[in-house]
Amino acid sequence: MSVAALSEVEVDYPRGRALGPFSLAVGEGEIVSLVGPSGCGKSTAMRLLAGLEAPSRGEVARTPGRGETAVVFQSPTLAPWLSARANAALPLELAGVGGAEAAARADRALARVGLAGAEAARPAQLSGGMAMRVSLARALVTDPRLLLLDEPFAALDEITRRALADDVLNLWAATRPAIVFVTHSVEEAVYMASRVIVMTNGPGRTVGEVEVSGPLPRPAGFRTTAAYRTQVEAVSALLAKGMAA
Amino acid sequence: MTRLLHALAPFALIALLLAAWEIACRAMGVPSYFLPPPSAIAGALATDWASLLRSAWNTLSMALVALLVASVLAQALALFVGLSPILERAVRPLAVVLQVTPVVAIAPLVLIWSGLDHAGRAIVSLAAVVAFFPIFSGAVTGLKAADPDLERLFDLYGANRLQRLLRLRLPSAVPYLLEGHKVAAGLAVIGAVVAEFVAGSGGAQGLAWRILEAGNRLQTARMFAALVVLGLLGAVLHAVLEAGERAGLRWWRGR
Repeated sequence: MSVAALSEVEVDYPRGRALGPFSLAVGEGEIVSLVGPSGCGKSTAMRLLAGLEAPSRGEVARTPGRGETAVVFQSPTLAPWLSARANAALPLELAGVGGAEAAARADRALARVGLAGAEAARPAQLSGGMAMRVSLARALVTDPRLLLLDEPFAALDEITRRALADDVLNLWAATRPAIVFVTHSVEEAVYMASRVIVMTNGPGRTVGEVEVSGPLPRPAGFRTTAAYRTQVEAVSALLAKGMAA
Repeated sequence: MTRLLHALAPFALIALLLAAWEIACRAMGVPSYFLPPPSAIAGALATDWASLLRSAWNTLSMALVALLVASVLAQALALFVGLSPILERAVRPLAVVLQVTPVVAIAPLVLIWSGLDHAGRAIVSLAAVVAFFPIFSGAVTGLKAADPDLERLFDLYGANRLQRLLRLRLPSAVPYLLEGHKVAAGLAVIGAVVAEFVAGSGGAQGLAWRILEAGNRLQTARMFAALVVLGLLGAVLHAVLEAGERAGLRWWRGR
């Protein structure tokens, strides 16, 4: 049973085709990584999965209802005039959930991402990593069934990225939403998912797919295992093949 | 020490220029009606300060009323125009024409409409016309300045038009509105002074009227005194507005 599926979708923009034909089915509770060069249509695929855009051809099937899909963008995309709490509560308030309940749920979401105590802070007072955590809390506050992460760590330093990657996997383990994780980084793609889709550009389509073995969340030292290295190599090889084609 | 020097530099230059002016006037025996020495201007300031302050307040209050009127109208129109790109296209050229037409040129017309014995109304109207554009322009730009990813988020959670306006577009516009009001307030004072000049002595007794009146009597030192007050008014207003904008941004950003 898939939460969201794209079948043979094509997206044409005035300047040409951005994506397709492209197919992808995301199962309940599954984590899928999309990796590929810039302009390969990863973000377009995300917008289709989110239902924010319709394909020019092909079909999009989505089961989550309103508020059950959440997106985290490359930048934290927080409202600077709102506190961390009010930012995290925004999806609830847009859905008409009352102020006190929304605030309580926002506080719980902030606590889950490790930001207890920072509820009243404004985005300008937070570090890049903390702002990204607020963004994550905002995505989690509605307990989504489908969580779309569009290069969420791209603007962060390596140490923060690794900490956040583990945090996201731990959060996933608690409620098991389906996650689509878009990234430029092969290592991150393998680390974060049980399945890596390798894409190429001009227009965006799938080059191949790598099943990633090993438990999720990742145990300590996973990055040094031979299995992890082999899978990273496999994804890199596919990427190289896609670029050459 | 260097900081002190930096802070004092402009005052030192002013003192130097005033001294040179004073000496030149005395040495060359320049007649006072042509160019009074700074000491005469200081004398005029000392005798006239009460009426000059009254006039400054007169001009300033007209400008502030005009700013309020312009603010309400400009933001209301910007909201209305924000409803559709077609409306904006329709309104823009008219707003630009209004902006580039010199206020002096339309002043006589506005004076006729407001009635020659109601110069105050004309002055407020003209100052409001000048103050309108920066606020309108800032509001129109600001209402479209929301982060596109935040807009997508509002799409994702099915926000309605009102939620989008109140929770996204209006708050996003705040920095643009602050900037627009800052520029507009300065322009409103200029607009009020220009309008006073055109209106002449028809009831309003602002700073421009002081300058005109003193000029008619060839009391040049009093003209300068009014100019000094006008300059100070502008400088103080500018400082207050800068501080206001900074405070507004701090409130908006929380830092």
